[in-house]
Parts: sequence; structure tokens; C-alpha cells
Amino acid sequence: MANDVLLSVKDLHTWYELKKWGFLHAGYVRAVDGVSFSLHRGEALTIVGESGSGKTTLLKTILGLAPKTKGEIVFAGQKLDGKRGGVEQLRSQVGFVQQDPYGALPPFMTVRKILEEPMLINKFGTGAEREQRIREVMEEVRLLPVNDFLAKYPHMLSGGQQQRLVIARAMILRPSLIVADEPVSMLDASVRVEILELMRRIQTAHNLGVIYITHDLSTVRYFSERVFIMYAAKVVEQAGVDEIVHNSLHPYTKALLTAIPDPDPDNAHRYRDVPSGEPPSLVNPPSGCRFHPRCPVKIEGQCEVEVPPPFEPMKGHLVECWLYKA
Amino acid sequence: MNQIRATDQINTSSSRQGSPDQGSDTLLDVRNLCLHFRTSRGVLQAVDDVSFSMQRRRSIAIIGESGCGKTSLARAILRLLPRNVHTYKGEVYLDGTDVMTLSDEWFRQKVRWTKVSMVSQAAMNALNPVLKVGTQVAEPLIVHERMTKRDALARAREVFRIVGVPEDFLHRYAFELSGGMRQRAILAMALVTNPALVILDEPTSALDMLTQANIFNALKDIKNQLEVGFILITHDISTSSDLADEVIVMYAGQLVEHSLSTTAYRAPLHPYARGLMSSVPTLREDKKLEFIPGQPPSLINPPSGCRFAVRCSRRFERCDQEPPTFTVGEHGELVKCWLHAKE
Repeated sequence: MANDVLLSVKDLHTWYELKKWGFLHAGYVRAVDGVSFSLHRGEALTIVGESGSGKTTLLKTILGLAPKTKGEIVFAGQKLDGKRGGVEQLRSQVGFVQQDPYGALPPFMTVRKILEEPMLINKFGTGAEREQRIREVMEEVRLLPVNDFLAKYPHMLSGGQQQRLVIARAMILRPSLIVADEPVSMLDASVRVEILELMRRIQTAHNLGVIYITHDLSTVRYFSERVFIMYAAKVVEQAGVDEIVHNSLHPYTKALLTAIPDPDPDNAHRYRDVPSGEPPSLVNPPSGCRFHPRCPVKIEGQCEVEVPPPFEPMKGHLVECWLYKA
Repeated sequence: MNQIRATDQINTSSSRQGSPDQGSDTLLDVRNLCLHFRTSRGVLQAVDDVSFSMQRRRSIAIIGESGCGKTSLARAILRLLPRNVHTYKGEVYLDGTDVMTLSDEWFRQKVRWTKVSMVSQAAMNALNPVLKVGTQVAEPLIVHERMTKRDALARAREVFRIVGVPEDFLHRYAFELSGGMRQRAILAMALVTNPALVILDEPTSALDMLTQANIFNALKDIKNQLEVGFILITHDISTSSDLADEVIVMYAGQLVEHSLSTTAYRAPLHPYARGLMSSVPTLREDKKLEFIPGQPPSLINPPSGCRFAVRCSRRFERCDQEPPTFTVGEHGELVKCWLHAKE
């Protein structure tokens, strides 16, 4: 079922050039360094990583907002070569849900205008059809009653409602792929779940492909089946969500799981056994495995020399770590 | 003895009337604290009639959604007020003295940063870029304790060791430090004067998960080593459990529950606290998540009855009519809800 693949990314690299005095070359920030995956129609994929791990750059490269350095992106059978033409056609088929809803919504436009804008730009239907579509989408994201919301400005909405509006805007052109960059991290705990459930419902109802980016592993299980763990611009482990939570293999994933607390009063009396240090610089990443300077189980003489390729110790569970060499 | 009592019961200031006795273990006793702001649309009741007390060396987590008055409460305790204050009243007993009666200058000299210090949100980005980190950490000692620069730096060195910053970082600039190290330096600045209370306002919200875990390990160490109490303000409920002995839940400017962490995280009493706890996604447990429908009321003209009533699934007639009073539970928990009223 080759045509079932919605998005395929092969060996993608995005390097930002650093300049000295504004024109001299001074190295690269390797924000994405060799990422490959494919996403099927109707599939939800989560990319988990800490700030600076390259997850947002990966997303921006897919959206055509950051130029790729090397690699291949194929969307719905069409290769994107990074030139503007391809990207613009893609944009009407990809919805983007931003992290900070207030920052993503123009403060001087009403809800109606915000939702109409993408349709005007993409020459979608007549006035009546557009109005119809706006109402349809607003009902879907539960901005109800619709008439009360149409004339409101973003600042009149609560954080949760703003995020619903952002989701509505992403949905309005009937995309086949939604990319969401930390869609709930700015929201309060009590509305987070509501938004995640809403996204899940929309995803299944329209058979959408969704890429969900987050730093918070604990929200993942409420959203998707497949999880990628990113560390220092590379995907270090990929597997199903239960597999990641209960049977993680990569030392970094294990550390991440240890670091995430569940609300438990006993936590106050427990120390968390996490490696110290910080993620490496992406200008001069460590040789070999990028986690080796912090790794508690590093293999001397191997990890700091050779870059680990992906191993597959279990079906569908890939890990880039020398410990799992076949 | 004290410690056993401390873990079994929370100090709800059994004697709510009269001043607390001098020699007791009570560090902070806040009574009927109000902080209202003037806005163009009316008076905003950011902190409304909040009372709680805490013992020495305890840590209290204050949790609640954004806009519920957590940070305003911290600022009211430290008297760090903006200009548009409408009402600022109540009593704040620190070590038995009502600091609300002190003059601003006296408060600045004798209370702020000598007895109570604060790590504010994203403070790590507020370090001065042109001063060495060590100088900045030592500064409160020079200003408040009139120490010589040399003694102050020696003390800063000592505190750096406690919070886990290598000592040679004293002579570095902020941009040479990673996020986690900068946050530790800020923590050192808060601890350098040896205060009895440190208020942490979202201390790790801008940091990575692993760094966050490391900082909380450091905080636990500090709590075990030093004579210091913490007030941790956060909206991240999972993380708050990493430090909390007691939990205060705030809603719409008011304190709605104050209980031991064992109660607060396992079986909270107030319907809002329950909703909040069951909306927290957990990693290991596969629980059904719930959410609280609706949104908090405006703090300008809030509802006259219980402020949570409109969103509450267990409300009854009385909730809309009169504001609930506090009920004291079996372990000294305080809950502001008619459901728990004993009559």
C-alpha cells in the first residue's frame, strides 16, 4: 500500500549556518541531523524531545518554513524540493497548530475573519460556502454557540477557546495532515485534556495524519500510538507508546522517564536518579553517540567513537544505541 | 517529637484569634490577606481573604490555574506590589511579628531577602549580563547585611557548593552558564542571606525535564540540610509533588483547600481540587482523564456564593447563596466547601 503513505521523510538534515561578522562562515547548527520516517494516512505520531533537540526545526522543515540542507520529503506522492511552488501547494493540505494560541492569532481580527482568511487566500468557494464551512468547523471544535463567537476578538476568549480557534483554523481547508507544536503546553491542566481529546476526535473522524510535538511524555498516551524520542537532533528511539513507557531501551529515554513525576506525595522523599549535565551544543556535537558524555552505561571505546545505527531488538522498536547491537 | 507531629498534622493555626506564641514552630501565619487591584473595569480581587500558616522547615506547594492569584499571593507576602493597588490588608506574622505593620523601608531592610527571599518566574534570564555571577549572588549580603565584598564572596562560594554549582563559576558571566546552572545561581542568590523562607515561583518551568529533576534533587538536599521553608508556586501539579509537604489549592483568588500532600494528591476534598487532580495526565498509570468544564469567573465582581459553584458537579442550593466557610478535617485540613460543613 505504497500510496497509503502520506508523508515520508528520508535522511533529513537541516543545518543553520552561523556567520561571523555577518558574512564569514563560522560553522553550522545541526538542528536536524539525519531523520527518516514515514507517516500513513490517519496515523498519529508523537515526537518527544527537550528544548533544543530539534523537534520544532524538524516540523518547520516539513512545513517548508526552514530550508532543508539535505534529504528528501515526499508528501502525498509529491516530492518537495524546497522551492516555493511546492510548498505553497502543500500548505493548503497541512494544518498547523501553534504552541501559544494568543501569539498565533491576529489580535485585530474577529473569529470570523481569522477563519475566513485561509479560504480567501486559497480561493475556497463563494461567500455563502465559506460561511457554511466556518460554522461547520466551529461546531466541530465546540466553539458553541457559534453566533456568540463569530464577532469576538481573540483577547475575549479564554486560553482553551483560543486554542480551539487555532485548531479550527488549521482544519478549515480540510487538510490531510495536521502538525501540532506543543498544542497544550501553554494551557492549564484542567483544559489540556479537553484539547487533547478534541484533537484525537478530529483525527479519527477525518482520518488525518497528525504529527504531535511535545516535551511532555505523560500526555502522549492520551494521543498517539507511535512515539519518537529525539535527542540532540537525532531520533534515538522509536516505538509504540506502551513499549516506550514500560520497556524503554535507550539510556536517554530511561532518564527522561525517571525525570517525569506523577503526582504522588511520596515524591517529596525520593531523589530522582537522572544524569547530570545538559544537552550538547549542536554546533560541535560529541563524536559517536551524542548521549555518551552523560550516559551512565556507556561502552568505553565504542560509544564515543562510532555513531550508533538504528538497531531493531524487537519488531517495530528501533533504538540507536550500541547496547542493542545484534 | 516535632517532626512526627509535623508529618501527621498540618498547622492550621489552632488559635485563629490572638497572636501566635513567640516560641512556637510557626514560621509564617497569614491571616485574611487581601490584595485588590484597580483596573479600568473595576476592582480586581486577585487575592481575597487568604489565611494559612506554615511551620519551620516545611514546604507548601500552592497550585491552581493561571490567574487564580498564586503569584499575587507571593507578591503580597513579600510586599512587591505594582502601582495600581486598591486594597492591601490583612496580617502576615513572620516569626511572630506582624510584618504588615512595618514601614516600607523597615520591611525592605529587615524582612525582604533577609528573612524571606524569592525566586521568580524565569529569573534566570534576569541575571545582569555585565556583572560576574558571583558578584550578583553576593550582592544581597553587601546590601542587607553590610558585609564586606570579600566576606560576601566567601559566603557565596559556600552557597554555590550547596546548590551544586562549581565554585569557579563565581567568576563567570551569565551567558557562560547553561540554563540549569543559571537557575541554580538564582537559587544561591535566594539562599545566600540564610532566610527562613524561600518563595519559589515556577522555578523550573523554562527548563528541560532532566534539568528540572536535577534542580528538584538539589532543592530536596537544601531542605534536608538547611533551616529553610519553601513555598512552591506552580501550575504543574505533578512537579509540585516533588517538594510538597502540604498543598494549598487556590481558585479565583481564594484558598479553597489546604491539606497534607498525602490527602491532596491521593484524595483531595474540595471538588475543584478533585477535578484538578483527575485532569493530570499520568505516565505510569492508565487512568481516565477528566476535565472541569467551563472557565474560572472574572475576579472583577466574582460570584457572591461559592466561586466554583457554576463549574461544580456537586453544587446545591446553598452554594449559590452564601460563600462557603472553612471546615477543619480530621488531620487539620482546611476546605472551603459546603459539602464538608459539619452541622
